[in-house]
Amino acid sequence: MTSETVLELRGVSRCFGANTVLDHVDISVKAGSFTALLGASGCGKSTTLRIMAGLEQPSAGQVLLNGENVSDKTAHERNVAMVFQSYALYPHLTVAQNMALPLAMRHLSVFGRLPGVGRLSPGSGGVRKMIHEKVGHAAEILGLEPYLDRKPGTLSGGQKQRVALGRALVRDPVLFLLDEPLSNLDARLRIRMRAELSALHKETGRPFVYVTHDQAEAMAMADQVVVMIGGQVAQAGSPRSLYEKPASKEVAAFIGTNAINLFRPEDGVMGLHPAADRHVIGLRPEHVSPAEDGTLEAWLETAEFLGSEILLGLRTTTGKFVRAIAADDYCTPPPGSLIRLGFTPDRLHAFSGESGLRVELGA
Amino acid sequence: MIRRSLSRGVSLFLLIVGAMGILLPFIWMVSLAFKPRDEIFSADIDLLPTRLEWNNFVVAMTQTDVPLYLMNGLVVVLGILVFQILFTVPCAYALVQRRTRWRTVVFACVLAALLVPFHVTAIPIFLGFAEMGILNTYWALILPFIPTAFGIFLFRQFFSQMPKDLFDAARVDGMGEMEIVWRVAFPLALPAATAFAIFSVTAHWNDLFWPLIAITDPELATPPRGILYFRDQESGDDVGPLMAAALIITAPLVLAFLLAQRKFTQGLSAGGLKG
Repeated sequence: MTSETVLELRGVSRCFGANTVLDHVDISVKAGSFTALLGASGCGKSTTLRIMAGLEQPSAGQVLLNGENVSDKTAHERNVAMVFQSYALYPHLTVAQNMALPLAMRHLSVFGRLPGVGRLSPGSGGVRKMIHEKVGHAAEILGLEPYLDRKPGTLSGGQKQRVALGRALVRDPVLFLLDEPLSNLDARLRIRMRAELSALHKETGRPFVYVTHDQAEAMAMADQVVVMIGGQVAQAGSPRSLYEKPASKEVAAFIGTNAINLFRPEDGVMGLHPAADRHVIGLRPEHVSPAEDGTLEAWLETAEFLGSEILLGLRTTTGKFVRAIAADDYCTPPPGSLIRLGFTPDRLHAFSGESGLRVELGA
Repeated sequence: MIRRSLSRGVSLFLLIVGAMGILLPFIWMVSLAFKPRDEIFSADIDLLPTRLEWNNFVVAMTQTDVPLYLMNGLVVVLGILVFQILFTVPCAYALVQRRTRWRTVVFACVLAALLVPFHVTAIPIFLGFAEMGILNTYWALILPFIPTAFGIFLFRQFFSQMPKDLFDAARVDGMGEMEIVWRVAFPLALPAATAFAIFSVTAHWNDLFWPLIAITDPELATPPRGILYFRDQESGDDVGPLMAAALIITAPLVLAFLLAQRKFTQGLSAGGLKG
C-alpha cells in the first residue's frame, strides 16, 4: 500500500448566496485509506462529499484527483462511485439492471443502451457478456445472487444497501464515496454491515470516504477521521490521535462514547490541575473513577449498570455535573453519598478558555 | 343501527337519482342506437327495443364518414398527447432540478397560464394560423394544445416528490440530464402520465370548439365535428344510425377509461427508496 494521495481538496469553499457552508476545507485522501468525515448535521460533511463526487461545484478552491484538477468534471468523468443514505435504487429496474446500469452507461453507445433494440447494436454482445459477468461477480461478493431478478421494492433495508454497494462495486471506481450508508439500518444490522464494509474496503483496495454523524462508526472503521464543525475541518487524524489529543474542546466533546467532562474555570472545581483556573479542563468519564485517595469529591446522583461497567452521574460540591465510570464489580453506594474520585493525570486535556483550542500543559 | 342504515339508504337513493340524471341521455342514446326505425318515433317510451337493430351500426360505419372521423380523432388525440409528453416532461423536470433564480418566476407563469381559458387565445391563434396558411391541416388541430400548463404543473408536482438522491445517483452512474428524464423520472411518473393522458385524450377527443374554428374540410373532421356534418347532411332525419355513430364515438373513451382505471389505482411502488 503506497501513501500516494488519490484525492485532495485544496482550500475548498462553498457558498449558497450569503451562506457559507464550507470554509477553506483541506482534505487529502491517501491510496487505500478509509477516511471518515465526521460531524453533526449541517456541518458541511455531505456537501464536502458531493463536491468530491462532482455533484456540486466548489465556489473556491480545487479538487485534485490523482494530481489532476477535476473541479469542473462530472462524477462520471471522475469515475467515482457514490452510495446514498436513501440507497437511491431505481425502483422500476431489477437488482441486476440496477447494478448493470453504470457499466452500460460507460461501455455501451447511446444506441446500444436503448432497451430492446440495443441488442442489435454492433459489438454490444461482448460488452453485454462482460457486464453480465461483472454483475454476477459483485452479486456473489455481496450475497445478492438469489435477488438479481427482484425489484428493489421487495427487498429489506440491508439487501437494498447491498445492492447500492454492488452498483458502486461493479464499475471499479477510483474512489468510493459513502453518504451515511448505514443510518437507515437497525442497530444490529448496522454493526454487521460495518464489518462487511471494512472487509469490502480491504478487498477492493480503493480509498473509501465515509460520511457519518456517528463517532463510534467513524472510529471503528476509519484510519483517518476528519472532524468537521461549522463548515471547517476541526481536526483530521487517526482515531487514536483524535481521542488522545483532541485539537479543541469541540472535537473532544464529539469523540468518545461517553461525553467528556469539561470543567470551566468558573465551575470552581478544585483538585484537578494547577492550570484549572485559567483553562478549560477536559476529562473523559472512562478516566475518572471512584478512588479512596481521589482528589475530587462529589455526590452520587445516578448509576447506570451497563454490564461491563457502571456509568455514574455525580455532582460536585460546587454544583458541577460529572460523569465517571466504575468497574462492574464496584459496590455502588446509595444516591446522595459523597464519593471521592480519582483520575489519571496524563489523560487530562486542557483547552484555552477563549478559543477552545488545545493547550499543552507542561509535565 | 336503524338510523345508520336509514342514512345509508337515503344517500344511496340520492346518488342513484343523481347518476340517473346524468346517465339518462346516455342510456337513451344507447337505446335508440339499437332500435329499429319505426320504434324510435313511436309515441310510447320503451327503453328496451323489441328487437336489436344492428343495421344502424352497419349504416353508420359503411354509408357515412364515421370511420374517417374516428381515424382523424385518433391522429389528433395521439399527436397532441405524444407532443405534450415530449415537451412537458423535460420542462417539468427542469423546473424541479434547475436551481436558477428564475425558477419561481417561471413556475408562477405556469400557474398563471393555468388560469387562462383556451377560448381567450383561440382568436389570436386562429389569425396566426391563417397567416401561416396551416388552417385545415392536422397541425392546426394539434399545435395549439402542445404547450400545456396543466401538464407541466402535474409533472412538476410529481417530480418534486421524488427523492433528489435518485437523480444524483443517476448522474454518478453517468446519465445525462435528458437520459435521467426519460430513463428514471418518466418511468417513475407513469401514474401521473396515465392520469394526464386520460385528461388530455378526453378533452381533445370531445373538443368541438376548436375544430369548428380551425377546420372547414370534412376530410379532417374530428368525431364531434363529424357528427355535426352527419346531422346536417344525408342522414339528418335518420336518428338510429346517428345514435349508433355517437355510440361508436363515445365507446373508445369509455373503454379506455375502464382499462386505465386499474392502472390509476395501481399506483407505483416507490420501493427501492427510503422506507
